[in-house]
Amino acid sequence: MSGGALWSVALAVFAGAIRGGTPFLFVSAGECLTEKSGKINLGLEGVLLMGAMSGYAISYKTGSPWVGLLAAGGAGLVLGFIHAWLAQQPKVNDIAAGIAMIIFGSGLAFFLGKPFIQPLAPQLPGWEFGAWSSNPAARSALRICPLFFVGVFVVFAMNWFFNATRWGLFVRAVGDKPDAARAMGISVWGVRTLSIMAGSCLAGVGGAYLSLFYPGSWTERVSGGQGMIAVALVIFGHWNPVQCLWASLLFGGAQALGPALQSVGVSSYYYLFNASPYILTLLVMIVTCSTRKQLAGQPGALGTGQ
Amino acid sequence: MEPNGAEGDAAHLASVALAEAPARRFSGIRWRSKLESVVIPLGVIIVSMILFGIFVAWQGAEPLAVFASIKKGAFGSWFSFQNTLVRAAPLMLCALCTAIPLRLGLVVIGNEGALVIGGLCATAAGLQCQDASASTVHIVMAATGMFAGGLWIMIVGALKQYRGVNETISSLLLNYVAIAVLNQAVNSWMKDPDSLNKPSSFPIPDEKMFQPFGDTQIHWGLVFGIIYCLCAWFLIQKTTFGFQIRTVGANVRAARLAGLAVGPLTLLTCFIAGAAPGLAGMVEVAAVQGRANESLNAWYGYSGILVAFLARQNALACIFMSVLLGGLLASGGILQRAHHLPDATIVVFQGIVFLTILYSESLYGRFKFFQEARE
Repeated sequence: MSGGALWSVALAVFAGAIRGGTPFLFVSAGECLTEKSGKINLGLEGVLLMGAMSGYAISYKTGSPWVGLLAAGGAGLVLGFIHAWLAQQPKVNDIAAGIAMIIFGSGLAFFLGKPFIQPLAPQLPGWEFGAWSSNPAARSALRICPLFFVGVFVVFAMNWFFNATRWGLFVRAVGDKPDAARAMGISVWGVRTLSIMAGSCLAGVGGAYLSLFYPGSWTERVSGGQGMIAVALVIFGHWNPVQCLWASLLFGGAQALGPALQSVGVSSYYYLFNASPYILTLLVMIVTCSTRKQLAGQPGALGTGQ
Repeated sequence: MEPNGAEGDAAHLASVALAEAPARRFSGIRWRSKLESVVIPLGVIIVSMILFGIFVAWQGAEPLAVFASIKKGAFGSWFSFQNTLVRAAPLMLCALCTAIPLRLGLVVIGNEGALVIGGLCATAAGLQCQDASASTVHIVMAATGMFAGGLWIMIVGALKQYRGVNETISSLLLNYVAIAVLNQAVNSWMKDPDSLNKPSSFPIPDEKMFQPFGDTQIHWGLVFGIIYCLCAWFLIQKTTFGFQIRTVGANVRAARLAGLAVGPLTLLTCFIAGAAPGLAGMVEVAAVQGRANESLNAWYGYSGILVAFLARQNALACIFMSVLLGGLLASGGILQRAHHLPDATIVVFQGIVFLTILYSESLYGRFKFFQEARE
């Protein structure tokens, strides 16, 4: 591989880290908030698709991508409420509820989104940080959606929320020791419902980013399992929102590797390279998980059905 | 509550045992709890049909006419019922992949991946020995498909057992890996140069394919599915091995203390579970597709998860639930043609049923009427 090709692959991976990492960022931040309250929401994949569909559809109908973004967040809130309500019923496994929400959410998105596969909806704007460069690849790599910065802000705000606010303490208490939290007079149901809904709203916004900025169209394959990878990202990030940010960037870059290599002529194993985010997730989980000790930062009530 | 914990519990357990023993002996069939396990699923079906009816009405279709079409498309004629049965066969096998590990307490959803890998490996093996007799080809393909699918899900069990990796997430990721392996294989080393529009492997010769029975469309897949379900049911309910599985599922610490080898047990159970969708993949190739390509990834795996939960992990119930869901899948086309509803309508219906069935789990034991009277 020549120097120029290497440079272009590196640029594509960098661009992918930011462009492709943004949806991971939103979904993993949402999942992080959800899991901190002690429940898993595997259904964020369905939320992502619903967010992508409703964001695109509303943007097309109203002509404003920002209204579409709001609609996507709203769709996330609604689906989040369904999950929160179902997953907190006695004897209902939250992982199974998540699988049901994947099927329900994606079915609903495919159903309602059928008429919007063809038309072009107004897209979210991008900020041109690469105007100084004459290289078109660099220019497109440095065209960054404002949502990316919103996501970075959300992540740091969430970190502050967990560590320095009263409500953050409530969420952590409910996630670690629900019984103790209940004894303190905190409403476990209320805190979990709000956390799951807020997390789901973030995932909906991430979905709108998919259909309204990058890749920037609504198709049934627009998410490709990113909602489920996010669950693994949270484990990788040890339930710390800031580490979820780094993990999201890493995965965004990994996702861009296959197409980048193909564009410079390395096309053998193209399909396997496309699976690299999934393989990477699996490897990361194999390395970080352990049967003996609980992971640092893991909420105590997670996966116990409490 | 009794004042002294452990002793009080023991005394309580003893009194419960004493109270239950005569009830078992004299009242014969414990019909109330049996009735509960019939009434609640029926209620689920009715409630989810109402919810789905509201949904299609909101979309401007006539709910009763839609249900009539589903019934017609699924069970309306012998021809459509054959179609239903053909679709039910892979569903049964895929459902077992979730239902069997659920007995261990593992939520495995790698059905789709195991099906794809099973189908791909079965094709590769079938092509290697395509000059042999038809039955040899079938046996080699089935064995390879089952072995590959079994190993695929065994990875999930091993990761859970020895590395503590969440089995749901790892099995889900493996689905994507399996589809990537399939795409890679049919686009490079197994590619038939004549398959331009849809990259595929070389075809299995026509005379080495499964032939349908008589003048029906039904083929060996249905027989395999029913036999596998029966065997799985017998294995789990009637053998020592099955008792060990259920013990681990009920309380893994107690199982360890009782000296059960939880690790090997988990791996073997996962292998048996994964072999089922592997066989389904082989059947899809040998009876339907004739070659390995993208069509293997037809969402049977994901519907199989729903069947496993609908059947409440009971392998026998998987047979009936698969026929019901197979009918629903078979009616997708008629919904599109007669009511202009998109093909995703069926997925929405599945989602509603799934949500309702999960909610119904919380209803067991909540109604006084279904409690056995304690004498």
